[in-house]
Amino acid sequence: MAGEKAPEKKPGEKKPAKKKAGAKKPAEQKPIQKAAGDKKKRVKKYHASRNPVLARGIGRYSRSAMYARKALYKRKYTAPETKIEKKKKEMPRATITKPVGGDKNGGSRVVKIRKMPRYYPTEDVPRKLLSHGKKPFCEHKRRLRASITPGTVLILLTGRHRGKRVVFLKQLDTGLLLVTGPLAVNRVPLRRAHQKFVIATSTKVDLTGVKIPKHLTDSYFKKKRLRKPKHQEGEIFDTEKEKYELTEQRKVDQKAVDSQILARIKKVPQLRGYLRSTFSLSNGVYPHKLVF
Amino acid sequence: VFKRFVEIGRVAFISFGPHAGKLVAIVDVIDQNRALVDGPCSGVRRQAMPFKCMQLTDFVLKFPHSARQKCVRLAWEKENINEKWSATRWAKKIEAREKKAKMTDFDRYKVMKAKKMRNRIIKHEMKKLQKLASKKGKKPGKPEKAEKAAKGKKPEKAPKAKKPEKAPAPKAQKAQK
Repeated sequence: MAGEKAPEKKPGEKKPAKKKAGAKKPAEQKPIQKAAGDKKKRVKKYHASRNPVLARGIGRYSRSAMYARKALYKRKYTAPETKIEKKKKEMPRATITKPVGGDKNGGSRVVKIRKMPRYYPTEDVPRKLLSHGKKPFCEHKRRLRASITPGTVLILLTGRHRGKRVVFLKQLDTGLLLVTGPLAVNRVPLRRAHQKFVIATSTKVDLTGVKIPKHLTDSYFKKKRLRKPKHQEGEIFDTEKEKYELTEQRKVDQKAVDSQILARIKKVPQLRGYLRSTFSLSNGVYPHKLVF
Repeated sequence: VFKRFVEIGRVAFISFGPHAGKLVAIVDVIDQNRALVDGPCSGVRRQAMPFKCMQLTDFVLKFPHSARQKCVRLAWEKENINEKWSATRWAKKIEAREKKAKMTDFDRYKVMKAKKMRNRIIKHEMKKLQKLASKKGKKPGKPEKAEKAAKGKKPEKAPKAKKPEKAPAPKAQKAQK
């Protein structure tokens, strides 16, 4: 019995030493080695199937019984938390505080950014059929006629500057042409023109090395419309911008571009006078027979 | 009444058809409507051609009828037809017409300016002479002669101003008037 107890204790001691991380000194070295050994052993050791086979494809136990037998209630693993933490932090703003006018109003209100719909249709919108190749305007291909290159003299055909000869600078993102008089020559400012309503002549001004400021885009030239609809109808027509107001920025940009171009125009004899003149048809002049 | 005749060796100008604008020599007459024609120096192969598309020029070459191309070429080069042709008014008119058709918008502007300047000069001189005439009054013969002499000067003055080549050509035509 004594003899039996001793060996029992030892294996008894060894077993908890195995399972625990090893608190005792003589046991420390061993469990480290054993832990290393255990990892290797755990990787290899898979339990045989706890679900005996009754016939091919049919196990003895059901899904829920197997859950219990495999002790999955103890084995719940979660993915590393860092990504979830990040996503949790990055929640989009739900409300925004906006200033409110009027005295004794409290100065600001907390307003929802994404509001509940104010209308639910009684019938749902039917599913649209598939279509392909219908692109929005911003994705359209912009083309430019081969006869129009930077520095070409164009003849404007429409608009308040019709008939005027003008220097082409570049094509903008929407496909419209950026064009300038220059202002000192024929009073045409930096302006957009439509390719279709323009005749390209074969006369070119050499624009190598001319730098056009990058902030001249479509949004710079777009017409600005103020709209604050108030209930008084008579005043609406006055507040809209009928008159175009020159801004200082336009003047600065005009000067920056024109100074470069005027220098090159002066080099070509008679070109300045040509740009000052306007184009017109007279008797016996047929556009289809003219070489531009 | 008629000065230019269809004969062997007559140089003709082709007015329409695939060889429009070229010179040929009549080598032989086939029938009432067609001739055997050859233009060795103008790139026209020996072929039959209807008289309708030919316009007779003043030049006649000397070679026997149905002479071979070599003979025609020799005669052509001996007479130096190409040079003589380009010196005629006919050829110059054609050239001027072509240049006018090729004028670009900028060229048209330059021509307009040149014409304007020329006309101003002419008018100015005219007015001067008219003033002279009105002062002297009773001698109509002199001022007329003076005017004609003055007109002769103008076409020489104006071309000196800045112009493209094409301008003098229409100018020359106008001066003839």
